Amino acid sequence: MKKKYLSTGNEACGEGAVRAGCRFYAGYPITPQNELIAYMSVRMEEKKGTFIQAESELAAINMLLGASAAGARVMTSSSSPGISLKMEGISYMAGCELPAVIVNVMRGGPGLGNISTAQGDYFQATKGGGHGDYRMVVLAPANVQEMFAFTYDAFALADRYRTPVMILSDGMLGQMMEPLEIDEDMKPAGIVKKPWAMTGAKGRDAQRVVSLFLGDGALEAHNEKLQKKYREIEVKETRCETYNTDGADVIIVAYGLVSRMARAAADRLTAEGINTGLVRPITVWPFPYEEIKRASKDALQVLTVEMSAGQMLEDVRLAVQDDSKISFYGRMGGGVPTEEEIIEKVNSEQ
Amino acid sequence: MAKRFTRPESMKDKATHYCPGCGHGLAHRLLCEVIDEMGCRETTVAIAPVGCAVLAYDYWDFDTMEAPHGRTPAVATGVKRVLPDRLVFTYQGDGDLAAIGTAEIIHAGNRGENLSVIFVNNGVYGMTGGQMAPTTLLGQRTATSQFTRRSATEGFPLKILEMMKDLKGVSYLERTSVHSPKEVLNTKRAIAKSFKTQLDNKGFSIVEILSPCPTYWGLDPVESMKRIETEVVQEYPIGVIKDSV
Repeated sequence: MKKKYLSTGNEACGEGAVRAGCRFYAGYPITPQNELIAYMSVRMEEKKGTFIQAESELAAINMLLGASAAGARVMTSSSSPGISLKMEGISYMAGCELPAVIVNVMRGGPGLGNISTAQGDYFQATKGGGHGDYRMVVLAPANVQEMFAFTYDAFALADRYRTPVMILSDGMLGQMMEPLEIDEDMKPAGIVKKPWAMTGAKGRDAQRVVSLFLGDGALEAHNEKLQKKYREIEVKETRCETYNTDGADVIIVAYGLVSRMARAAADRLTAEGINTGLVRPITVWPFPYEEIKRASKDALQVLTVEMSAGQMLEDVRLAVQDDSKISFYGRMGGGVPTEEEIIEKVNSEQ
Repeated sequence: MAKRFTRPESMKDKATHYCPGCGHGLAHRLLCEVIDEMGCRETTVAIAPVGCAVLAYDYWDFDTMEAPHGRTPAVATGVKRVLPDRLVFTYQGDGDLAAIGTAEIIHAGNRGENLSVIFVNNGVYGMTGGQMAPTTLLGQRTATSQFTRRSATEGFPLKILEMMKDLKGVSYLERTSVHSPKEVLNTKRAIAKSFKTQLDNKGFSIVEILSPCPTYWGLDPVESMKRIETEVVQEYPIGVIKDSV
């Protein structure tokens, strides 16, 4: 039976985790994700799971490392400065091949920045952030329903590929309220056996969870194994939404919150006679290079819109391979691109 | 003829990478003996540190995982909360526990996590080449205190157990040594008490083991044991610091 709620994005994210079977959450307060940590403090208690308000984001991510190694479905959440602190643990989890879900409710940066919405952590999320050659699946929801649904999906992805998965949200998406529909009979999906878990060597040989490989060539072999997995994820898990792209003269590329203004702008531009489509990456890693390449092949202009100085722009350029078509509009530090600003930008490039 | 002395089942038959005269081999063996005697080999999860003991899982025959430098008690917290019936312990050096991981050890203790911590204090960073640790004695020369540790610029030896004894979440704290057979046996007793405290759900405990590092103390193994007996224990007195079990 489906039930409707009015929810913030942050709380919808928390409920998505609970429905996915997450029973271990550790976090640290930071705006604008505080609704999420508060929500999890209640829901973990109700579900007889574990909630820990950690002494730092470093401790929180490493509590996940331990809990994940012990076999649990685990989540932490934070916002930009706190996510920077978690990068050490994320790199270790990628190296140890441990599943986990990390939510970044992005705020303005660099440094302490502000507590407004932003998308300035795209590079950090998709290009590494922590040290070493690793990748992390990054899902970018655009509304409250997707905050729920993508978080739910993230746990199955994390378990399937034994990898950290990030929900890349933002301050506005986290704190705004929208209708949320939940199937009350929903059960955790993609539950897998975890024979690698640290449970005690009963009836089997002792085993280890490590990212340290000192033998001659051992770390290179481990890295090759990881890269093979990342290639598989690229083939199987790239997700993207296209809207009115067939025969469009202008393609707008935007993810998350910004895709909503971009879609509205595309509708108005099309109505005004400039046939405009939208490509919305849902996974920003793996990035939908092929879909953007295909959609923009016959377009005259490919406009990337972000709440950053142009980070996803670099991936769009790689996809399009024709700088004469490329344009960009971005706002930073809490500025949100409006429908009118996007329309004006498209018109100015015509 | 009865066999009087053998390798513990929890210990792999493998030569260690530790330097001659190092205390880690003793500490490893003692805790493996305790785990065997308690029948816990198949229900133990250990967290190895970053430091000389980073490869402890090469020597221990029970489930062992790594932790980023100093985050060891946070990782152990995660394991133990998910698997409360397992024996979970961290094995940490003084760089790991008393420098980079100061916040994690204090808060794990303050939360009263039902964990055991084996804290091997040799007063230097061994793995990286003998640099000064928070636990280095005043007047001690190291790779990064070439003119010896001076309180005016490098502060004082940090006594973590004394700092933590007033935390209500902490059940048992004891400092031991391995500088003589008597102290070795006493260390084994303290490890057993720490593990039993956990198995009885009586909370957080640390056994701090004063341990020699002949390589970076610039002494031979026998002189190193003497140094613990005469100098190190002056700064770090052996004994029970707290017992509310």
